[in-house]
Amino acid sequence: MMEPHSAPTPKKYSKKPKYSKFSQQELPAWKPILTPGWVISTFTVVGIVFIPVGLASLFSSESVEEAAIRYDDKCLNEIHAQNAVAFIKSDMTNKTCTTSWTVERKMQGPIFIYYQLDNYYQNHRRYVKSRNDKQLVNPASEGDTTNCYPQDKTNGSMPIVPCGLIAWSLFNDTYKFWVNTKSLTVNKKDISWGSDRSHKFGSKVYPKNFQLGGLVGGAKLDENIPLNQQEDLIVWMRTAALPSFRKLYGKIETNLEVNDSVEIVIENNYNTYEFGGNKRLILSTATWIGGKNPFLGMAYLFVGGVSLLCAIVFILLYVIKPRPLGDPSYLSWNKNPGILK
Amino acid sequence: MGSRPLLIPSPRTPNSIQELPTIPVFSEQQKSKSTSSEQASNAVINKSNSSSIRSGSSGRSGGGSVKEVSFSNSSSKPVRYGSSKRGGGGESEGFSMSQKELRDEDARIVYINNPEKTNEILQFAGNSIRTAKYSILTFIPRNLFEQFHRVAYIYFLIIAILNQLPQLAVFGRGVSILPLAFVLLVTAVKDAFEDWRRHRSDKVENNRLASVLINGSFVEKPWKDITVGEIVKIAANETIPCDIVLLSTADPTGVAYVQTINLDGESNLKTRYAKQETQSKQRFDFGGIIKCEKPNRNIYGFQANMEVDGKKLSLASSNIVLRGCELKNTSWALGVAVYCGSETKAMLNSSGAPSKRSRLETRMNSEIIMLSCFLVALCTVTSVCAAVWLKRHKDELDLMPYYRKLSFSSGKPKKYKYYGWFWEIIFTFLMSVIVFQVMIPISLYISMELVRVGQAYFMIRDDRMYDRATKSRFQCRALNINEDLGQIKYVFSDKTGTLTENKMEFQCASIWGVDYSSTKSGLEIQPGEYFTQVDGKVLRPKMNVKVNPELLALSRSGIEHKEGKRIYDFFLALASCNTIVPIIVDTPDHDVKLIDYQGESPDEQALAYAAAAYGFMLIERTSGHIVIDIQGERHRFNVLGMHEFDSDRKRMSVLLGSPDNSVKIFVKGADTSMLNVIDKSSNMDIIRATEAHLHSYSSMGLRTLVIGMRDLNASEFEQWHTAFEAASTSLFGRAAMLRKVAVNVERNLCILGASAIEDKLQQGVPESIESLRTAGIKVWVLTGDKQETAISIGYSSKLLTNRMTQIIINSKNRESCRKSLQDAIVSNKIEGGFDAMTSQIALIIDGTSLVYVLDCELEEQLFKLASRCSVVLCCRVAPLQKAGIVALVKKRTAEMTLAIGDGANDVSMIQMADVGVGISGQEGRQAVMASDFAMGQFRFIVPLLLIHGHWNYQRLGYMILYNFYRNAVLVLVLFWYVLYTAFTLTTAINEWSTTLYSIIYSSLPTIIVGILDKDLGKRTLLKYPQLYGAGQRDEAYNKKLFILTMLDTLWQSMVIFWAPLFAYWSTDVDVGSIGDLWTLAVVILVNLHLAMDVFRWNWLTHFSIWGSIVATFISVMVIDAIPTFPGYWDFFNVASTGLFWLLLLGIIITALLPRFLVKFICQYYFPSDIQISKEAEKINGNQIQRENFERGQIEMLPISDVPPR
Repeated sequence: MMEPHSAPTPKKYSKKPKYSKFSQQELPAWKPILTPGWVISTFTVVGIVFIPVGLASLFSSESVEEAAIRYDDKCLNEIHAQNAVAFIKSDMTNKTCTTSWTVERKMQGPIFIYYQLDNYYQNHRRYVKSRNDKQLVNPASEGDTTNCYPQDKTNGSMPIVPCGLIAWSLFNDTYKFWVNTKSLTVNKKDISWGSDRSHKFGSKVYPKNFQLGGLVGGAKLDENIPLNQQEDLIVWMRTAALPSFRKLYGKIETNLEVNDSVEIVIENNYNTYEFGGNKRLILSTATWIGGKNPFLGMAYLFVGGVSLLCAIVFILLYVIKPRPLGDPSYLSWNKNPGILK
Repeated sequence: MGSRPLLIPSPRTPNSIQELPTIPVFSEQQKSKSTSSEQASNAVINKSNSSSIRSGSSGRSGGGSVKEVSFSNSSSKPVRYGSSKRGGGGESEGFSMSQKELRDEDARIVYINNPEKTNEILQFAGNSIRTAKYSILTFIPRNLFEQFHRVAYIYFLIIAILNQLPQLAVFGRGVSILPLAFVLLVTAVKDAFEDWRRHRSDKVENNRLASVLINGSFVEKPWKDITVGEIVKIAANETIPCDIVLLSTADPTGVAYVQTINLDGESNLKTRYAKQETQSKQRFDFGGIIKCEKPNRNIYGFQANMEVDGKKLSLASSNIVLRGCELKNTSWALGVAVYCGSETKAMLNSSGAPSKRSRLETRMNSEIIMLSCFLVALCTVTSVCAAVWLKRHKDELDLMPYYRKLSFSSGKPKKYKYYGWFWEIIFTFLMSVIVFQVMIPISLYISMELVRVGQAYFMIRDDRMYDRATKSRFQCRALNINEDLGQIKYVFSDKTGTLTENKMEFQCASIWGVDYSSTKSGLEIQPGEYFTQVDGKVLRPKMNVKVNPELLALSRSGIEHKEGKRIYDFFLALASCNTIVPIIVDTPDHDVKLIDYQGESPDEQALAYAAAAYGFMLIERTSGHIVIDIQGERHRFNVLGMHEFDSDRKRMSVLLGSPDNSVKIFVKGADTSMLNVIDKSSNMDIIRATEAHLHSYSSMGLRTLVIGMRDLNASEFEQWHTAFEAASTSLFGRAAMLRKVAVNVERNLCILGASAIEDKLQQGVPESIESLRTAGIKVWVLTGDKQETAISIGYSSKLLTNRMTQIIINSKNRESCRKSLQDAIVSNKIEGGFDAMTSQIALIIDGTSLVYVLDCELEEQLFKLASRCSVVLCCRVAPLQKAGIVALVKKRTAEMTLAIGDGANDVSMIQMADVGVGISGQEGRQAVMASDFAMGQFRFIVPLLLIHGHWNYQRLGYMILYNFYRNAVLVLVLFWYVLYTAFTLTTAINEWSTTLYSIIYSSLPTIIVGILDKDLGKRTLLKYPQLYGAGQRDEAYNKKLFILTMLDTLWQSMVIFWAPLFAYWSTDVDVGSIGDLWTLAVVILVNLHLAMDVFRWNWLTHFSIWGSIVATFISVMVIDAIPTFPGYWDFFNVASTGLFWLLLLGIIITALLPRFLVKFICQYYFPSDIQISKEAEKINGNQIQRENFERGQIEMLPISDVPPR
């Protein structure tokens, strides 16, 4: 570039680049290369680590006792089965339904009670956004109902607390358990995250104008209990990631013995018939890996197995056909002299 | 003036000498040229007289005219094409239509010493300059405007705007603008800082003082207040404040010397002249009108005329001094400002190098298009699926808890956020564009720029490319083609100044048929120590020349005997027949002064120094006479006339009037042209002997010149004088007439002898050429030299070896040219077959033949032949032909071309080639100005290509692939999730994480690796130049690799997505938790993927890769600690489960396994050369290092002995 006014500076400084390992790109460096030794040991290590982990996961997943009872269909008698939606929407019908289940293997307490919804898109874009987190925690901003439309205000323009579709569609089936005709206590404390109770839902925020509109989506809330104690709501408001999900309903602190007969009384209130969703009741114990899911263990076993196989194949290949590393005679111009020279 | 005033043609002589070349013989051509926009934009090409004429003529008649071109150039005249601007005036020949009336509308009219009237009608720009782009007020709008010229930013902006539409608001408003705002802010701060510095320097510049004539006296005035029409006085060593037309100078003949180093980098002094008519004014009552062309950026041309005292005079570029030059060796000069401030030529020229686009980037574009198609496909799939889903659930949507199309809040049910089929599809499509936007790796463009800056930093800093002799660093003038250096297949090199040093040294002479060459005499050659004394002070030439003692003795023996007379004439010719300006330089020792010969031709300088060494020292030159100290006695000769060099005659001559009233004409020129005008009637044996010597000299690689002379008798002189007068005062066709006069007088010459000048090979040239050849690069040398010289330089530079088959094509017409080409191809084929590769072929072709080749369909055949040759040597080619040859190769092959040269004659070639390298050597800076990279010596091309080119290419190629992968893997994970959200574009990955992904989570490692990673060490790369082939074969970036990378991307994204999906199916996991798992998995995976491909781990690599992963964890934690986000505390909850960590580990290992496997199999069982060398480097690293240390670094060895001849 011509910069006529920036004449060569009179003070002569050496333009010689100052030598440094950095500027000469000669920083000390570790230069790993994939030698057969490295690769074989990597595969072996992966195999050795993965197979036990897989076995452990599988074992603990197997040790989980789980009972899943689908009741949305069972709780419809033949008359209502034809018109399930009308049945569930009606205030007049009796929605109580009883089912029983025999414990097959001993279940060590605490036993977690979940309800499971299938084909229910709690991760739907419209749905996920339909909430206002400020309103939930701060009593001063209870009028802040942005994003909550159409469940933001009542017909009388009063703000709904908690607003939005998520809260509106709060799950409202209830379960009661009898074991050998003795009622089981369901502990509904501490089913939500402590962090939610302490920071996300205010202790001074009370439900207001909730479920007063013409269209009732789900459970109603006791207006005298602050939001941070409405644990069902808190659990529900943590929207599930996948269209088939469970939510914690409560815990049974006692053990269930083999052949215990459990009688379950279900209030089948929640409308999943509208869109073809399923409802299940799950009773499950838990281990360190979570619930019953053999996937992780199988995957680990598979990957570990493949790795070990690779290791063995490479060992054989290495024995049969090794290539000396860094042998200049393998260079293309040494192999076919004359191409370039 | 002289002792014979009669013989001094007229007071105008000095002017007419200068005006000689300014005559518009080629006026039609120039017209066509100046109208051609291409020429206008490349003012640099048009630099010199001879080359510009050529380019002009070819411009007129298209390709066919190259014929004239080469004829006019096939000369070994010392003056090189590009640099043949002898005398100040010569430069403007191509441009000035001095005698043509400037049309009034094209002209600006300057009233000398009357700025008010000058600026009355049209206000010309004042002299204050403004290089700063912005003011405080305009900064924001202008800076934004400039930044948005980049396509990438426009894309960012469109996405951000889309996101602002309420229907499409996928991300929060702040989040979506953040990346764009960040980039804009950083650039703006950088621009603001640079601009502030420019403001400061402008201020300094504008407030410099100059003395200006106001009301009859000179007043100091800041530069910024100078206006057009004012008269400015400049003292010695002062910088010229604006473009001025000289009116008078301290020298009675009106000469002023200027240094143009600031303008074009040339350090030698140039002469500028004031017109005699204004020079002779005693007082400062200048008046008159200058009519000159509109401001333009051609610094080598100026056309104007001046009306003084009713006389109309033409002005040319020898009369104008440009802003930025410095006045030297002239105590003062007066001039009238004609262009000021922003209209000065210097300011108009202050623009950067032309920008080129790298090949890798061009190729990358096709993959970008593929990715765009893929993006569109993803969006289409999403919107179509969404439409199908809506259709299938049409009846349920109204009350569905997670959709709720109906709103009852205001009594009557109405649709809520539902816009009908069509709009739902459109909105889904646009929303998916927003969500998947990173598929187009916009950040890649920004990272690439950063990486190139980093690479440039290392190239500039490289020790190996620092020229200790000239103290010049490597320069990266173009920042966007670094990686092209790694893919060069053809190198086109200039010879003089590039392969050779262009430091001419007088070697030997043949005088009157006797060869006084060093080798024959058997006597020791001693450095000449000639000096003379003037006024008790010792005067010696600045450079010592080795002298032949025999010749020295003879030259001192006086002119009494015949031999001495010849020698006397020979050296007198060397000392006088040139355009050298001697300049006396003080030394620390008061009694010793040095004579520095300033001239624009290094050959002439060499000859003048040689003459001085033999006792013929040129001491003074004015336009009317010269003073030569001959063996201690001062002689004054009148310069009666001078016929400048021109490319048709290929010689120059000077008419000297001796004190004894005799008139002699001395002519020197190329042998071909000189032998035609030598009187062959007598002294045939001397001519033959000289011819034999010439042949032997040129086969030694020396540049030869033939010198002749003739005594003019009175009538001949009178005849010449009248003709010369008439020609030099004629208004039209002056150059042609002068040439005719010259041809008439330059005849029947008596041969004096020949001189031979050595142009030394640069250090390390043979080794460099060998390296390049081994690297599979074809080296073509394009030179203006004679064939013999070229071939001998070819041998000494190891370009040609004895094993090679030489094909020489020297044709005088098209048919023979065609025939010889065909013969060559046929014979080559017969000889060829499987043997073809082993026997190398060298093609030597001369300019004349090239004319026919470039002219017609023979191009194809030449290329066919040339592409089979490992060496091509083109001799006697014109500058434009050089570009033509480069264009020929570029047109027929997709391979990359590099042109390297040092002179103005190489500019067109440098600009034509994919990569242009300029050597900042003896010949000024035009080549550097036009180049993309500039360096001090030819041999630096080896580290430049083999080391930096290789690294840059490999780094950038990998970086592009990696960036495609990195962005695609995230997009795919987002896309898979969309399939499980009823196609509604919910993102499990937090919107902040999506945004930070390409800013914090994964950007630094790729940049660091792109700047610092090295597949191989310098020593290995130099030891095996063949490794360079990786770049030529596109090994680091090609379609196959792209597809493999994309398949890998697909696999990795599926592992990342589906492993958690299966593990968490039917569990109580919430959106944020699984999102955090995906975020971390993606980030760790892309960083480990990079880590797996890193060749060298230095602390910066460690820092960036592990640092990015840690930074991601911290960012995720910070984001999850904000209670108002729905995902509050997710990370802490999910991270407390074992499942989370097992999944993370499993995902990473499983996703990377296939790549690891394939990588190992490829590297171990199908190793590339790079891989083997890498292993060798690692395994016997220490050994190799020791070996290399002992051997010395191959390329860096200076040539120890004189190249074989």
